[in-house]
Amino acid sequence: MTGMSEERVDAHAKVTGKALYALDLTVSGMLHGHLVRSTRAHATIRSIDVAAALATEGVVAAITADDLGDLFARYGHIVADHPILAIDKVRYYGEPVVLVVADNPYAAADGASHVRVRYADLPVMINPEDALAEGAERIHSEDYEYGDRSFEEAQSTLGDSNLAHVADLEWGDVDGAFASAPHVVESNVTYPMLYAYAMEPYNAVAWFDEGELEVVSTAQHPFQVRSDLARIFSLPLNQVRVRSPLLGGGYGSKSYTKVEPLAAVAAWITGRPVKVATDVDGAIHTTRADGATIRVRSAFADDGAILARDFDITFNTGAYADNGPLVLAKAVNRCYGPYLIPNVRVRGRAVFTNTVPTSSYRGFGAPQGNLAGELNLDQAAEKIGIDPAEIRRRNLVPPGGRHLPGKRGMDADLVGDLELVLDALGWKQDQKLPLRGTGFGCSASDAGAFPVSTATVRLFPDGSVTVLTGSTEMGQGSRTALAQIAARELGIKLDRVRVVQSDTAATPYERTTGASRTTTLTGLAVQRACRDALRKLEEIGAEKMDCTIEEVKTADGVVAGPQGELGYDEAIQWWFGGVQGEITGVGVVRRAGDLKELPPFWEIGMVGVTVTVDRDTGRPTVEHLVTVGDVGHAINPAMVEGQDLGAATQGLGAALFEELIYDGPQLVNPNLVDYRVPRTTDVPKRIDTIIVENADGVGPYGAKGSGEGSLNPIGGAVASAVARAIGVWPNELPLTPERVWRLMQTRQVSDIDS
Amino acid sequence: MTSPISIKVTINGRATSHHVPPRMILAEFLRDQLGLTGTKISCEIQVCGACTVLVDGKPISSCTYLAADIDGREVMTIEGVAEGDSLHPIQQAFVDHNALQCGFCTPGFVMATLALLAENQNPTEDDVAHYLEGNICRCTGYRPIIKAVIDAADRMGTS
Repeated sequence: MTGMSEERVDAHAKVTGKALYALDLTVSGMLHGHLVRSTRAHATIRSIDVAAALATEGVVAAITADDLGDLFARYGHIVADHPILAIDKVRYYGEPVVLVVADNPYAAADGASHVRVRYADLPVMINPEDALAEGAERIHSEDYEYGDRSFEEAQSTLGDSNLAHVADLEWGDVDGAFASAPHVVESNVTYPMLYAYAMEPYNAVAWFDEGELEVVSTAQHPFQVRSDLARIFSLPLNQVRVRSPLLGGGYGSKSYTKVEPLAAVAAWITGRPVKVATDVDGAIHTTRADGATIRVRSAFADDGAILARDFDITFNTGAYADNGPLVLAKAVNRCYGPYLIPNVRVRGRAVFTNTVPTSSYRGFGAPQGNLAGELNLDQAAEKIGIDPAEIRRRNLVPPGGRHLPGKRGMDADLVGDLELVLDALGWKQDQKLPLRGTGFGCSASDAGAFPVSTATVRLFPDGSVTVLTGSTEMGQGSRTALAQIAARELGIKLDRVRVVQSDTAATPYERTTGASRTTTLTGLAVQRACRDALRKLEEIGAEKMDCTIEEVKTADGVVAGPQGELGYDEAIQWWFGGVQGEITGVGVVRRAGDLKELPPFWEIGMVGVTVTVDRDTGRPTVEHLVTVGDVGHAINPAMVEGQDLGAATQGLGAALFEELIYDGPQLVNPNLVDYRVPRTTDVPKRIDTIIVENADGVGPYGAKGSGEGSLNPIGGAVASAVARAIGVWPNELPLTPERVWRLMQTRQVSDIDS
Repeated sequence: MTSPISIKVTINGRATSHHVPPRMILAEFLRDQLGLTGTKISCEIQVCGACTVLVDGKPISSCTYLAADIDGREVMTIEGVAEGDSLHPIQQAFVDHNALQCGFCTPGFVMATLALLAENQNPTEDDVAHYLEGNICRCTGYRPIIKAVIDAADRMGTS
């Protein structure tokens, strides 16, 4: 049943170590790949000498871009700019150049250490300012093939400069509003480059079976990976099978193609199964999240009404497009907040640099923009002399209101959500305590992505059921939530339902597992598939009982008609004869009906924190965390709380600890010692995870997604809390002890204490 | 490569002998030679705890422990914790408290908790947080894990 915290269907396997991840897979005859990565950030490749590598015992092949023959040697779902192995030049330190393949991982690593690559250095640009400077060396000058041509949210400017993509948004008379506004407040913020740290690093095993390519990998979106692989090998989609078993974390970082092409080309060249697994260093050098600098100006009336906002967003998007254009477009949509504003202008730019390529990470551009927008709102509240809670109440978009023209009206009660946060925090504007501050923030993300989802439900003659979906279980609990939806629809016990996921040869199409979409959109597809199956059972019932289909009802595992009833199992057995056969229900979700308007739903983020700051060290500690999960209907409340606390904790990581740091051409902290993520001892002493259920979503029983919302406003909430604790406004994350201490030194200690 | 080293070891209560390459780490030995893939490899520098196993009852990071060094010792992995289909109280508490999501860190947390509760049968939440600081979970935000460990201690104390 939905609405109950049913035990996770994968829990038993996961606590006993029996749960199988891609990393655990061994295929008979499997070889192992080891990457030789670039030791230059920007250079042309003069020569590659693999002779010594090939002479190493156990080495089978040392593959370079020259070995890829007629293959389409690039991938990328929006822009196919990413070479499988570097072609002629390298664009970031750590880029894959050679793949050494051997009998075992040791031999592969030994062989890789003997590869000699000679480079001719090119100017290195780590920051967008350098990359956009007059006369800067171009990182890309080729004309690449576009992948997903339906993507129009950000425009490529490839070929003009190192400006990679632009995304703009504008309505109203922004300049006019600023010219006449009584209050104008400007903020400039910096958001760090981040590493998602999914604990299972990227890995893939690939092999060819009678010309069909088989891949098992850590892909969140196996169908998107299938498209890239089909293009590389010129194979029809039905000859590329991509499977994603349980994933050891994803958080967006396993969206789209990563190491799968490397394993696939190695299998193609050697004729054997090949596994390519990165370590954490390799994962960090595969993809990261965008760092950003953002300037925001906002104009206000005396009563706090927002008259206009003007954002200028610059993303350091790294060496290749990957999912960067979409992340940029989302940052542009999400930065100004869930407020009704008559005049808005947002200018977003993603800039190629000689750094690790960026892609999706939980929140998709929202955390970057939200930090700027919400911190600016708090600074404005202080300047105007209005309660920061009141300035939000005054501007939050009401239910049904459209804060983004042309998009779905707000499907949530935002003021109600905010009041829950304020109540839990015990917010009092005039309460000032030394070295202690409270902050809160609001966000709404256009979630769900493009609504395409299909599901199949198979009812067997013993009454058990299998749900087939292309949505991936990566910890969020989709296997359990989708089983709960099927059990409720079919009126059967949860333990009679099995969910099989993410096999492009067997499970039906799913666009992505991201944008917090699974419960809402895949859930709808499962619901529709169940109803399709029930209709078929009713047809069988009518035939068996010799009545009209209108006289037959299905409920609680029983087909009931005027002349009695029969179980689903009996109906199937009667229709096929004997204990055999099965009934198949198909559910399809596309952009139609309730889902005509985009986004499918708004994902709400409403959080609050109370922070204390150590007087001597500047170290901030989050004492109290409040999250509100406005999910319409919680299919599984414990898992909703799990998503909210997990997302908020990752947000706290970015707010307090996490930052990838370049010093010169290379990262100085591509490991878990120097890149610090939250630990057990960082858990806030008090945590309130509140769930709001107004059944106002388009998903099953009014459900909406969760997963990203509680991350998005954390950075701003923490920054404002620290500001209220020390009396100085921060303008960058993470708020490490040193940064906070330095801010404190700009004030008299007596001021801080008062 | 130098020649393999012979080891005699007891793994999950069963005595066995093997030949291992000198540079093979314990986690690889367990996963690749014995097929005990419940032990996970993540950070590879003794920070995340995903590879935690017990050697002679003490928790160690099998990613930074040479396989050759377990000669003559007893190793317990996640596969040795449950009794048949019956979960250990720690495992049951993790299930009941929703103390896992992706599950990649879970075996390491269960092993570290076994060690903790062997040393301290009545830990406070602070005790748990400090003992488990060498285990990273990226999904749950830790609170459900800490609650599960406290609950497991109660169950084991009264059983």
